[in-house]
Amino acid sequence: MKTYDAIIVGGGHNGLVAAGYLARAGLKVLVCEKRYVLGGCSATEEIYPGFKFSVCSYVVSLLRPEIIRDLELPRHGLEILPLPSTFCPQPDGKRSILRTDDSMESYRNVAQFSRRDAEVLPRFARQMTRICRFVKPILSMVPPDMDSWNPNELLKLLELGRGFRTMDPELRYDVIKLFTMSAVDYLEDWFESPELIASMSVSGIIGTFLGVRSPGTAYVLLHHYMGEIDGVFRAWGLPVGGTGGISLSIARAAQAFGAEIRTEAGVKQLLLKGDQVRGVVLENGEEIGARAVLSSADPFVTFKKLVPEGQLDPRLLDSLKHYKFRGSSGKVNMAVDRLPEFTCLPGMGKHLKGDISIAPSVDYLERAYDDAKYGNFSRRPFINVVVPTVSDPSMAPPGKHVISCFVQYAPYQLKDKSWDDERESFGDAVVDTLAEYIPGLKKSILFRQVLTPLDMEREFGITEGNIFHGELSLEQMFFLRPIAAWARYRTPLQGLYQCGSGVHPGGGIMGAPGQIGAREVLKDLKQKRPAHR
Amino acid sequence: MAIPSPFHEKTSALCTSLKWKEWAGYYAVERYQFNHDQEYFAFRESAGLLDVSPLFKYEIRGKDALKLMNRVLCRDVGRMKDNQVAYSCWTDERGKVLDDGTVARFSPERFRLFSAHPSYYWLLQNAQRLDVEVQDITVQTGALALQGPRSRAILSQLADVDKLRYFHQIQTKVDGFYVVISRTGYTGDLGYELWVEAEHANKLYDAVWAAGKDYNILPAGILALDMVRVEAGFIMVDVDFRSCTYCVTDDQMSTPYEIGLGWTVHMDKGPFIGKAALEKEKRQGSAWSLVGLDISLEELEKLFDARALPLDLPCATWRGVVPLFDSLTNRQVGYATSGVWSPLLKRYIALATVQSRYAKLGTVMKMEALIDTDRRHVSARVVQKPFLDPARKKSVGSDVALVPALV
Ligand SMILES: Cc1cc2nc3c(=O)[nH]c(=O)nc-3n(C[C@H](O)[C@H](O)[C@H](O)COP(=O)(O)OP(=O)(O)OC[C@H]3O[C@@H](n4cnc5c(N)ncnc54)[C@H](O)[C@@H]3O)c2cc1C
Repeated sequence: MKTYDAIIVGGGHNGLVAAGYLARAGLKVLVCEKRYVLGGCSATEEIYPGFKFSVCSYVVSLLRPEIIRDLELPRHGLEILPLPSTFCPQPDGKRSILRTDDSMESYRNVAQFSRRDAEVLPRFARQMTRICRFVKPILSMVPPDMDSWNPNELLKLLELGRGFRTMDPELRYDVIKLFTMSAVDYLEDWFESPELIASMSVSGIIGTFLGVRSPGTAYVLLHHYMGEIDGVFRAWGLPVGGTGGISLSIARAAQAFGAEIRTEAGVKQLLLKGDQVRGVVLENGEEIGARAVLSSADPFVTFKKLVPEGQLDPRLLDSLKHYKFRGSSGKVNMAVDRLPEFTCLPGMGKHLKGDISIAPSVDYLERAYDDAKYGNFSRRPFINVVVPTVSDPSMAPPGKHVISCFVQYAPYQLKDKSWDDERESFGDAVVDTLAEYIPGLKKSILFRQVLTPLDMEREFGITEGNIFHGELSLEQMFFLRPIAAWARYRTPLQGLYQCGSGVHPGGGIMGAPGQIGAREVLKDLKQKRPAHR
Repeated sequence: MAIPSPFHEKTSALCTSLKWKEWAGYYAVERYQFNHDQEYFAFRESAGLLDVSPLFKYEIRGKDALKLMNRVLCRDVGRMKDNQVAYSCWTDERGKVLDDGTVARFSPERFRLFSAHPSYYWLLQNAQRLDVEVQDITVQTGALALQGPRSRAILSQLADVDKLRYFHQIQTKVDGFYVVISRTGYTGDLGYELWVEAEHANKLYDAVWAAGKDYNILPAGILALDMVRVEAGFIMVDVDFRSCTYCVTDDQMSTPYEIGLGWTVHMDKGPFIGKAALEKEKRQGSAWSLVGLDISLEELEKLFDARALPLDLPCATWRGVVPLFDSLTNRQVGYATSGVWSPLLKRYIALATVQSRYAKLGTVMKMEALIDTDRRHVSARVVQKPFLDPARKKSVGSDVALVPALV
């Protein structure tokens, strides 16, 4: 039996990051990816001839700068283009909330809705910067063990507490608000324009089965503010070659450090001896040995599928049931034969290069959520659109474009209906909604791919289609992710580790779970001699 | 994208250098000609015409207008007479400066406030429960600055400005439209600012231009302005200090005393925002002070000479952060923020923020200087501001133009 120091289940970006760090430390590493292409939820595929799609994730911000440096990703092809604007067209076909990288232009645009809000925006940005400074260190730490008397663990808790206590009171109150309020309530503390509030609130619902008025969504808002590109906080970017471009650059880096990567190599189960992991069995029956196995699949797949039955404490396994997946998003990808033209802002412009949201009002968003609460997809959904070809022409033939639509809500559980029957009418609802803002859209569509949460589960192995391997709600963050007992990358099985979005600090193209997971493995393997040589 | 000012048709026709920059979201001319020297000398010898429309402009009207102004501004506007103008800053509750600008009193129930940053929200927040209306008139108002010794002679052809005193204004008609002319400016010299409804902007420009023809009037840009304002010792927000609105940490903020604007703070008036904090600071003293520096030309000359190079001086104002050191310990004690070679004074001058114990006149520090490619230190001495203060700035009478600035 072929043997490695470490096998990584899943070639998503986190699995690849873990492989990179382990190989860099001199370990003999193998990545086993089930699909034919690397990247998982960050993969680029040519699903229509000549057109490349960021099939799932589409923009990046959270990718940890130290990973980019440590793995030398630019050298391996990582390129990120700026998204210079956020654009929220209004249904009247005339107005839009357009905030750009030009602060005075944004000031003037927002002042058309509220002069007051236009002036508050920089203050809001300043406050987010301050809060992120407190929250960010948490992103790269192993969550403390709440029940431990180990001085190191206590110290970590103390540090967090101290940071919080020494914070300016005004800031501290705001942190508490962010951790408890709804996105809309929090934004209403700052702004008065309903259109602006609606356009900003949607960051709070991405990947959750919650509405913009549900408590807890303010935190998700913050999660989306935490990213940085080239040292610029809150910036989001468009990876060249799609989000698969990111995964491939990480894969190349890992390979350069000596990691082996196999695609179409699904792992069926773990090989165990007692409660010690010895390797994996592939779906084709092949057995491969390893001293450590890192799973980047989500917690449900890891604990319920990869670990053979009867190995885990049934009580804990049961508590995983309450870990919320409940996928709520769909994706519609389109190939079009011309540039989309918005009624309210025709022609080419900065607004097409940025992030576009269909979120005309808070009530609109709440109604979209109402549909989902009762088991339907939203008739008029929130749509987050990007047109990557405007900035990255490598994604389509000249003059043609791809449009990526991230859509909420599309609940995994439909009431009395099956996604297999509803897929295309969901796609129609998205196109109909967008066509209200882009009248020429329907005529321009050459090809359309509709991904429901069910499709995502089937194709990408993400349980119930949850884009973050479990909701980013506070009760399942940090030392509670995925459940308190298994929150620290290690598992009850010796040699089995988690390194995907289902562990702290959670989902998004961030790489941190893979990085920290690998670090913990290295700590444990340090004393022992490598298997090879 | 920046937008054109109401005078854009005129300024763009004159801007042969095609050198533009962005100012508060507007296109602003950096320099009209290939070299900005002529424009600098226009300000000091004849008259420079500068488009200052990008300033934010607010009209405050209502029974409680005076109350609002006195609540927001550090300065006592109750002491002002109608048609008087005053320079002031305004702060938050902690006495940290939000912005500086001028306030014009039309009557106790009507004021105009001019600022560098948007200030509408701050005024509105503080106008709660007051009988007052705040209107942003930025876009609908064009503003021109005509500055220099000949400015009075030029303007007196259009309006009765002969008796207009320093920091006062008149409301008048030029060619039948309403214009406010104030004897104010950012040059520290004889000069005026003209405020007009945007629709009449170009007509006003033409009228001033025609009147100035025989007096060597020149359109002037930001580069020239930046030189004369340093000579005048005028600080600039975002350059010499920061508005607390845009600061992330407290360290980055300043109080009026720290930036040399203590004289605009009137403690003897009623309560105003930041008063308690400022009273405390006044009692206890300020950590930082803003000073004028005179940089040693002899030392610079020697350093350049050692590299076999002629003395190279900044002929346009630099803006940045240049460290200042204690001349014995070499510890950093402050930083210079703008500096320029003054062609009139024949001195290299700068504005700087230093720890207060280094602010005494005559104190000598070391300033970092770039000698071609080498970073070296040269002596910088604390001197009186303004560096240049011509008598004609305040004088009333028509012969002032003929007196040199330094006499
Ligand atoms: C529709 C959608 C849109 C999104 N948009 C964004 C966005 O714009 N920006 C952003 O930052 N984040 C976005 N996200 C979230 C982000 O993509 C994910 O959080 C992140 O990519 C997850 O990475 P991962 O490596 O943890 O897991 P995954 O990418 O899920 O990788 C897990 C890998 O494991 C493989 N696998 C599973 N089981 C096995 C097995 N038994 N054997 C072998 N391999 C297996 C899977 O095939 C997969 O490749 C989006 C997600 C989705 C679904």
